[in-house]
This record gives sequence, C-alpha cells and structure tokens, in this order.
Amino acid sequence: MKPFRYARARDPQEAVQMVAVDAAASFVAGGTTVLDLMKDDVERPSLLVDINGVAGRAIVRAGDEIAIAALARMSDVADDPEIAKHAPMVANALLQSASPQLRNMASIGGNLMQRTRCSYFRDIVAPCNKRRRGDGCSAIGGENRRHAIFGGSESCICVHASDLAVALAAADATIHTNGPGGTRAIQVSDFYLLPRDTPNVETALHHAELISSVTLSLDPALANSTYVKVRDRAQYEFALVSVAAGMEIVGGTIRAARIALGGVAPIPWRVPEAEAALVGRPATAASYREAAEIALAGARGCGGNDFKVALAANAVVRALEQIGSAA
Amino acid sequence: MNLPLVGAPHDRLDGPAKVTGRATYAADFSPAGLVHAVMVTSEIGNGRIVRIDDAETRRQDGVLAVLTHENARRMHPEGHGFAFALMLLQDDRIRYDRQPIAVVVAESFEQATYAASLLRTTYESEPPITRIEDSADRYTPEEIFDEPADVTRGNPDRAFAGAPVQFKATYSTPVEHHNPIEPSATIAEWEGERLTVHDSTQGVTNARKRLATVFGIPVSNVRVISPFLGGGFGCKGAVWSHVALAAMAARAVGRPVKLVLTRPQMFGSIGYRPRTIQSIALGADRDGRLSCIMHDVLSQTSTFDEFVEPSALVTKMLYAAKNVRTTHTLARVNAATPTFMRAPGEATGSFALESAMDELAYAVDIDPIELRLRNYAERDQSENKPFSSKSLRECYRIGAEKFGWSERDPKPRSMRNGRMLVGMGMATATYPTNRAAASAVVRMNEDGSVVVRSGTQDLGTGSYTVYAQVAAETLDIPIERVRLELGDTDLPPAPLSAGSMTAASVGSAVYEAASALRERLRKGEKAPIEARADAKPQEHERYSKHAFGAQFVRVEVDPDLGEVRVRRMVGAFAAGRILNAKTARSQYLGGMLWGIGMALHEVTRFDERTARIVTANLADYLVPVHADAPDMEAYIVEEEDPHVNPIGVKGIGEIGITGVAAAIANAVYHATGIRVRDLPIACEKLLR
Amino acid sequence: MDSAIPELATAGTLPSAAPAAASILGPGEVQIELEVNGERHELSVEPRVTLLDALRERLKLTGTKKGCDQGTCGACTVLVNDRAIDSCLTLAVMHVGDRITTIEGLASGEQLHPMQAAFVEHDGFQCGYCTPGQVLSAVALVREGRMTGDDAIREQMSGNICRCGAYENILAAVRDGARRMA
Repeated sequence: MKPFRYARARDPQEAVQMVAVDAAASFVAGGTTVLDLMKDDVERPSLLVDINGVAGRAIVRAGDEIAIAALARMSDVADDPEIAKHAPMVANALLQSASPQLRNMASIGGNLMQRTRCSYFRDIVAPCNKRRRGDGCSAIGGENRRHAIFGGSESCICVHASDLAVALAAADATIHTNGPGGTRAIQVSDFYLLPRDTPNVETALHHAELISSVTLSLDPALANSTYVKVRDRAQYEFALVSVAAGMEIVGGTIRAARIALGGVAPIPWRVPEAEAALVGRPATAASYREAAEIALAGARGCGGNDFKVALAANAVVRALEQIGSAA
Repeated sequence: MNLPLVGAPHDRLDGPAKVTGRATYAADFSPAGLVHAVMVTSEIGNGRIVRIDDAETRRQDGVLAVLTHENARRMHPEGHGFAFALMLLQDDRIRYDRQPIAVVVAESFEQATYAASLLRTTYESEPPITRIEDSADRYTPEEIFDEPADVTRGNPDRAFAGAPVQFKATYSTPVEHHNPIEPSATIAEWEGERLTVHDSTQGVTNARKRLATVFGIPVSNVRVISPFLGGGFGCKGAVWSHVALAAMAARAVGRPVKLVLTRPQMFGSIGYRPRTIQSIALGADRDGRLSCIMHDVLSQTSTFDEFVEPSALVTKMLYAAKNVRTTHTLARVNAATPTFMRAPGEATGSFALESAMDELAYAVDIDPIELRLRNYAERDQSENKPFSSKSLRECYRIGAEKFGWSERDPKPRSMRNGRMLVGMGMATATYPTNRAAASAVVRMNEDGSVVVRSGTQDLGTGSYTVYAQVAAETLDIPIERVRLELGDTDLPPAPLSAGSMTAASVGSAVYEAASALRERLRKGEKAPIEARADAKPQEHERYSKHAFGAQFVRVEVDPDLGEVRVRRMVGAFAAGRILNAKTARSQYLGGMLWGIGMALHEVTRFDERTARIVTANLADYLVPVHADAPDMEAYIVEEEDPHVNPIGVKGIGEIGITGVAAAIANAVYHATGIRVRDLPIACEKLLR
Repeated sequence: MDSAIPELATAGTLPSAAPAAASILGPGEVQIELEVNGERHELSVEPRVTLLDALRERLKLTGTKKGCDQGTCGACTVLVNDRAIDSCLTLAVMHVGDRITTIEGLASGEQLHPMQAAFVEHDGFQCGYCTPGQVLSAVALVREGRMTGDDAIREQMSGNICRCGAYENILAAVRDGARRMA
C-alpha cells in the first residue's frame, strides 16, 4: 500500500472539509472496499478520513419511512426487525451478501459505494477504462462470464457488485448526502451512472460528498418483497444474477410492482416496463413470465455471459412467484 | 501385531495447540533481525523482459535489496523428475503469467510490498498459447510414475468394433489450484554457508536436498523446519521458486528474510491441476459386461518442464476387461508447470471413467452398482497380480445401505423435492497404496515417557497423533506418555507427505522402531533407551496394492436457475488398518468435500489473449464454503491386509475425493436428464 | 472552509480519548494503544498497517492467520467489541479504544474455552490454520444468539473457509460448543 495520512473526523462537516481540500483524499468507514482496492493498487488515496465517529448507526422508523444511518453496518440492517418486516428484500439482499464478518464491518454507505468485481478492473496489469480512461476494456473479447447484459458500453461492460443497491433501487430509496455544497437527497435511480464513455464516473456523488443516510418509503409492495440471488456456491459470492422484487396484490390482482436486477448491468437495473406490465394483471405464472420477458427484452450477452439472459428471466419469475404465493 | 484393526478415535494431540493459536506455522516464526521480502511476478504470459526500472523502488524507505535477473547470483534451478525447474531470476525469458521476475527486501512488510509495486518492467510480448486444444506441441511422455505412458492389453480396437454395445464420450476437467488457506511461506537465514529455512513444506527432507542442489552446498549445510503446515494438497510437495528466492534474498541482505506468497501468487509458481481432455470408449455386451475400455488422456504441461496428469492409470486396473488401452499425451502451453493435486490422476480420471460407467449403465439399463459388480476385477489384470486385499464389494454394499440407494428410481427427472429436481448418483473410489523409505527413532526416557522422532510432516493428516498411537500401542503404554517430534531435517529422514503414503511409510518405521525397543526392554534393557528403524518397501511386489471405496451423492438441482446443491454424501472406504478412526474419518470427509469443489465450483479461468489468470483470488476461484457442505457420512469398512506393509495400512488422504465428481455428475444427470461432461457443473450447463 | 483544516503532521499520537481537534497522522509511524485480550499494548505503526499485521508482526500474536489478505477467507477473524470481523481489511489505527479479542485471549490459562474444547473433541479441523478464525466466529455466533439450527450455523460459519473440508465436524463442534457455553 502506498503510504497515506489518516485522520479521525469528529463530525460530518469536519470529514467533508478534510476530504474537500485534497483531491486524492477518501473516506473510510468499514474499510472493506477501500483497503482491498488499496492493496491491489487500484486506489491510492493520499489521506483516509475515518468517519466512524462522525454520526450514529441508528435505524429509525418514523411513520411510513425508515431512515438508515449510513454508518449502520450491513449486519445491523439485516438484523433490524422493522426492515425485515417492512422491506424484506433489503434484509434478504444483505443476508445473502459477503460473509458475516464483512457484514459486521461494511457500512451501508460504503456498501453503496462498492466498486465492481470485474477482475480486469482489479488487476492493474490489464487495460481498464474505469481505472484509466482510454486504456480499453479487457472484458470485451475477454473472460466475461460475470459481465453485463444491459447498460454496458464500448468502454465498459462491468456489473455493479452490491446486492443492497439492487434492493434499494427496487425500493425507490433516497440517498441523503452531506457535501461541500450542503446536503442533497438523491434517488437511487439517479445515483448510479451508466458507464457510457466515462466508466470512471460511477455515481452522482461529488468529491468529498458523504452519504449520511438512506431512507425508505414504506408501501405494500415493499412489505411483500424478496431478493433472489443466483450464484455458483451457496454463500460468500457475488451474484451471477439477482432480482429484487415486490408486489402489492389485492384480490389476486397486482396493484403495484417493483423489480430490479443485479449482476446484469454496471448499475442496479430497474425494469419499469416489466413493472407496468404487471399492474392490473392477475398474480399468475403467466403474468410473471410475460413480465420477465419484457424485463429481459433489451438484454444482450457478450459471449461468456450469454446464459444470463435466460437465467435472469427465470430469476424474475422465481422472485415474483415467491411473493405471489406469499401474498 | 498389537495394533487394533481400527485404531481408537483419539483426539489430536496437537488439537489444543491448534485451537489456541499456539501451533506455529512457517510465517509465525520471527528470528532476530527478520526482514521482509516480496516477490514480484510477470505481467505477461510469454515473451521477455526488456528492462526492469528499479530506481523508484530503491529510493523507498526501508528497502534493503532488489533482486532481478540483472543482479541475481547464478543458481542451479534446472529440473529433473519431480524436482521441477525453478524461476530464479536467471534470464530475461518470461514463460508464463506470474512468473517470478524480482524480489524486493525491506525492513517491514508494508515497505517491501509498496516498494515492489513501484518496479517498472518493460516487456516484449509474444502471443501465448493457453489452451491445450490450440497447442501443436504435443508428445507422449517417456513414463509416468515409473510406468509407461501408454499401455495396451488385448486388442481393444477390434473388441470395440465387435461389441454389441458401444459407448464413446469425451470428458474434460479444468485447471484447478490447490489453495490451502495457509499461503506458501518461507523464512530463510544464513550463517556463513549454512542455511536454515522455516518452510511450509510437505517434505523437509526433500526440501533440504533440493535447496542444497540449487545453492551448490552440502546437504548437511541445510536445515529445513516445518512443525505445522496449513494444508498443502500437493502444492507444497515440490520445492518451488519462492523458497530458493527467499534464501537468495537472505544471502543478499545478510539477515533472516520472510517471504510469504500473496493469494494471487498462489496461482503462480506452485503448480496446479492441469486441464485434461479425456476420451473414453467402452465396449460391452447387452448385459453390461465390458470387453474393452479405451481411455486417451490429453493434459497440459509447461513449455519448459514436464508433469503428466496420470488420469488413465486407474483405468488399467479398476474393472475386469480383456482389452484395454490407456494413453497419455502432453500438450505444451504458456503456463507454469502443473503438479500433484489431491489424487492426481485418480480425481480427474475417475471423473471420466465413472461418468462413462454411469452412461453405460443407462445404455444397457442396469443399476450402476450392478454394472460395476458384473465387471468386478478379482485381480489386477494390468499387472497380472492379485490384490493384497480388496473389499470393494463391501464398500458398495455398506455405502448403498447407509445411503438408501434402493429408494432411487433410476429414471432421469423422476424424483423431486418440491420444485427441486432430486438426483442420486454413485461412483467407485480408488487410490493406490504407496510407500517409500522412512526412518524413525523411538526413545524411552528414564521416567518412562517416550519420544518419537521422524522428519515427516503433519499437513493436518494427524501425524502427531497416529504415530503416537502406533508407538503407544506397540509399547503398550498410554498415549499420554508419547510425544512426537517431526518437521525438522535434524530428525531421521522421511519421505514427502504425498501420495497418501505417510502412514504406510512412517507408520511402518515407527512400528519397527517401537517393536525393536519393546524387544530390548523385554530382554532387560533399561531406559533411557532408544531404537531406530530404517524401513523400506519391498523391491519386488507380489501384490497389487490399492484402497477402494464407494461414493454416494444426493443432489438437488433448481430446474430454472441451474443451481446444484449437494444435500447428502455417503462414502464407504476400505483402506486396510485404520490408525485412528476419528482422524481417518476426517480425512475421508475432507476428500469428499474436495470432490464437491471439483464438481461444482473450481475452475481457474485464463484470458486466452494474454495467458493471464483472471480468477487469481478466493472471490473468483471458488472453493466450497460451509453452506455448500451437505450432511456427510464416511464409513470405515474393516479390512485386514497382511501383505501391504508391516502395519497393514493403505493411504487415506486422497481416496476421499476420487469418484466424487463423477458421482455428482451422475446424480445431476439423474436429476435433470442432462449429462455434463465438462467440469465444473456450472448453472449455465443446466439451463435449457 | 480551510480554516478548520488542522496542520499536517508526519507522525503523531492517537489518543484513546476524543481529541480536541482532529489531527492528521502519518504517513510515518503513529503511536497508538490497542487493547488486545484485556491488555493494553503501546505500539508504533504507520496508518497503512492493517490490524492483522499489527497483531502478527508487531504484537507477535500469530494465532491470527493471514490466508488471503483480501477478505475472502476468514482466517484473520478476530472479535472487535465482541463482533467477528476480518482483521485484514481494517487498519490498526482505526481500533484505538476498541476491545480486541484474538484466539490467544479465549482460553483461561491452560483451561480451554468450551468452544475450543468442542473443536478438539469433534475434530473440527485438520491442518488447523483456519481454526482460530473458525473458533472465534463460532463463539460470536453463539453469543449473538444465532444458533437457530444447522442451516443457520452453516450460513453463519460461511465466512471461514476450511480448505481441509472439516465442515461436518465444525458443525458438530459448534453445536456442542454452544451447549457447553450455555
């Protein structure tokens, strides 16, 4: 690891200020992403500002909203009874993420800032536009079993690594930030950016902007939700394909639907057309299959990952069946 | 013989040290003045180094030395046999991805790691060949483990042509890496021309010899110490480049040096299971009786050295057939030299052969166990010798009974658990019984306590415990009075802990030494007293020696998502005398779990354009985690073998994995109707 | 905005109490105090030193193992304020004021912790290299009340890879260790 300086900030403002004045400074909370990437030489911050002391880790329900402090650990949120009851797909996504130790370490804010697991991105020997614009994308024409079937560009076909982000995308969560320019509230749908020709820019966050909390607006489709994750081994693995899905079903008819896919795109992949196709339809296998076909309509494999198109469609059906029968 | 046929399930004597963190592995030692070395490895898979710019590296705080091919001393890295050729910075040639090209030594680990990252290497790249299919550089090796590479009996081609039932298929297995959780680690220290090495090695005696050769110093000048080993599985058998590089670095800085491989470097220069493509042809009558077996194996080796994955050795003897042909062909690719990995040959070969037997069982509509019984080999037809013992029928019977094989409806896709497709599969397990020369000293002190000394190792196999049991039982004293000293070349020499031969080799030596001691005590000699045995295998074997077993597996397959989860495994194994029922069961279970990884998870993927490994970490190279483990049962089938060696033991470390991948593939076929002949059985192969 | 930015320092001391002003430490060595197994240790580390390397290389507590240094194996598991974490992906300087428990802190003298004893009795290991991490994860899962059945144990223990394949015996050890801890 390149030598760096370290500071413990005492409040969010101090943390933001410390990072703001140094273009190469980073925040650190759990450390599970940034230290891993620093060891691989992918990230080389000059200063790490430890934000663990700047705020609490509470998960608070107020009326129809749950606010999750950005410093809450993945395991805190996964274990929270309100989350489990009102947003099961969030709890499910977390419980299927990483390992118990990493869930105890990683903060919610940090989880959302996780970077891709593309092995070319992590191997500084391989050309990667995300690491350095213009170098090329090694995954295109390379080993791309785990890569994107949606949203990729000629410069990047990576997939986003976070399970939580997929659930939050489906939940229409809001990410609240605290930055040099003040506070902001950003919808998850606006938070993650497609690679286009700037795969190095991954989120709407500005330098030194710190995630302070994530809020969920509770609704029946979130309460009746699930997270299906497909992978090679039973635990401790990133998704090949995942689906966060929720439905409000009244009298056998779907009133509202939420669907987002993971492991298929550089960002959590919400599929509004498929959701719209479900509304007003009976909660039946035929409806689910049709929605899955719509969800995958624009998908395109790049060789090693061609199987993901059919797999993701089946995973959508599976997720909808789970909550269809639960309702 | 005082030893029971199945030894007491004694707790491991090294257990308390291991659960309290007191067991010391190679990287845990810290001799005074210790400094840290980091190996730098190549970024290309084929070509040459044009220049290594080390200016920035040398400028860093704490840096003591930078070794490259431009300044490294001339060494003797040449390979011969299983002493594989080493990459000791002797030239500018790059032969494979992650080949060592430099070593950086600094006061601290952090300094060395960072300084190493600043080395700037310019290469001249040449297009690599990564896949054996693409390699035109193919040849037949002269021999495999002292046996001919190609063996024919009868006239297999004619027999096949005339067979009423003909079955042919091609199976393939990928490159796999051992990935013990302890990375390879070496601490090297020189005192003048004397070298002391703490090394994570499966063979201190072997490592000592190799280091002496590499450095051109007398064997007696080298001491290798390895009291505990964090798993090896074959990759710590041969001495690899980093061990010598650590010693070279220690010599360069005149201080003890610690060099620990990073996890990505565990995919570099320490061997791996090579990729195989195996063609099987079976000729049988309509009752399933085999007239012919042909097994042709293509596997990879490096461009500069040889390792043969002996996949077809098992085929020569496992089933009765008059006409058999087995061949092994090597293809050179731009990759490091492969090596032994848990059941080399048997693991890959049994996947092909035992899958093919399952396919034949369906072709002739006979139960897979019945098919195997109809082709039961009463003697080893390849060597034309009787087996020293063989209890495979018992293994089939006990395994089938414990597993509930009779509940299986053989029709594919006929069994379900909710939406999950259920499959049951079985396969035969087998592993040869090896033995090598080993020495041991057993000493009784005045207080009646006993010390057993042998330069063997404990890889987790139970050496500390089982040899104490052998000594205690032979001397008829409580095991609590016995202490083991091992893992040090100052002790009597012992072979590599490999080939499942340690119990047969070292166990026989300890038994003979303890027996001699008992004899002398009986004749009136008094403690302190010690006896030494130099035990050797017979030169001319009258028997064919193998352990056998049967594997049974139940899987559940998600028909829509292609996920395969193993739910239950039962193994029944007959391997002669068992020294400790508890540690033996653990070894069997461990091997069986390895079979799950082999069948479902493990694959080293390469970028074919660069020959670079793209799965060089434990997030991308998947091995089974606890949630992948099914309910597992391993049964010891009692077997008395008076011929195999003085203590009647066969090896148990490797047989556990053999047959498992086939049993799982067979179960997946039973569940889904889809035959997967290419490992691993990933979900995309099951999506229809 | 920059008026609140403190002076840069190349070295310094990180006190366990909240500082009056956040100081920027490093990149040189920093004096810190870590509480490990109930003992306070003063040590001098660069900020880039992981908790794992501080324990092993500085404090010579080598029971905590390095298996991957990437958060992918769990061999480096320690308890921080009673929660199991991977010590390879956190910095030593981040743990001033925390209670750290390593495998060396579990037994009392020669008396094994009940979970350690269960691992020995059920042969919940072979080579022993992942074992310190397995035992600490097991202790944490029992203390946190996550022992809701075999599936839960298998899930909760999935952050500790045992390449020897001792899972069946680890499961038995955790079940029994939990009973002994009760």
